[in-house]
Amino acid sequence: MDKAKPNIAVEYTEAATVAVLTDDKILDESEVSALESSIVPLIEQNPGINLIMDFSSVEFLTSSVLGLLIRISKKVHEGEGQLRLCGINSKILDIFRITRLDKVFDIHEGRQEALESLE
Amino acid sequence: MDPKNCLHTVEVVSSSPEQVGRICKQLLSDAAANGFDADDIFAIHLALEEATLNAVRHGNKGDAGKKISVDWTITGEKLDVSITDEGCGFDPDCLADCRVDENLYKCCGRGVLLMQSYMDTVEYNQRGNCVHMVKFKCGLRADADKAGVHRAEQNSEELNASDD
Repeated sequence: MDKAKPNIAVEYTEAATVAVLTDDKILDESEVSALESSIVPLIEQNPGINLIMDFSSVEFLTSSVLGLLIRISKKVHEGEGQLRLCGINSKILDIFRITRLDKVFDIHEGRQEALESLE
Repeated sequence: MDPKNCLHTVEVVSSSPEQVGRICKQLLSDAAANGFDADDIFAIHLALEEATLNAVRHGNKGDAGKKISVDWTITGEKLDVSITDEGCGFDPDCLADCRVDENLYKCCGRGVLLMQSYMDTVEYNQRGNCVHMVKFKCGLRADADKAGVHRAEQNSEELNASDD
């Protein structure tokens, strides 16, 4: 069952669409599925999107979220857009490092750095 | 082991995210109450989520009619937890390495690596439907408990027997 509360807040800047993940923990399949349902339409409706995903509020996630990020990355790049991740805390960054996904995703400390990295 | 100084719990629940989530919360609460620090709790939580997800999704194939057993013991120095499903099991040695280039963009296959990275011991029974994991309190990491495999086998047999 999807949760009633929104799991992303979307902000628009001149250079990018910023999806702020609002849940502190992203655990089971339903939460990952709800997140996917929120983000994928943003990408499909905006080919060439410059998408920044802000993880500042996220304190815990599982490998299911990593799988979702791979799917999102593929969709963004299919539309010749750009994806940046930012605001990832040190514990979660370790998960990216262990799985070597820090080599796959363009990860920045903060939103400003992510914005400045866009081509 | 002095039974007065250990907490032993066995829960057998239906293979649903809600039921499994309840057990995870109970186990994490027990660990926090018994002196595991925030880094330990993060590690246990991650390994537990990955192991139970594998049991629900891959072991029991999403069949909520099947059961999952979670058996944990907490002592002054470590947590032992075994998670058993009713599936056919798998061979962990045959898992592809998700870190090599050809697998890096795959959407799944990272759970066991994370379990192995965050726990001190991760081992499977011969059938591959029961994972036994150990986490020592920060600073108390020790050699793997050799008895773990036997316990994993025992849990599997008990769960299988409960179906008969």
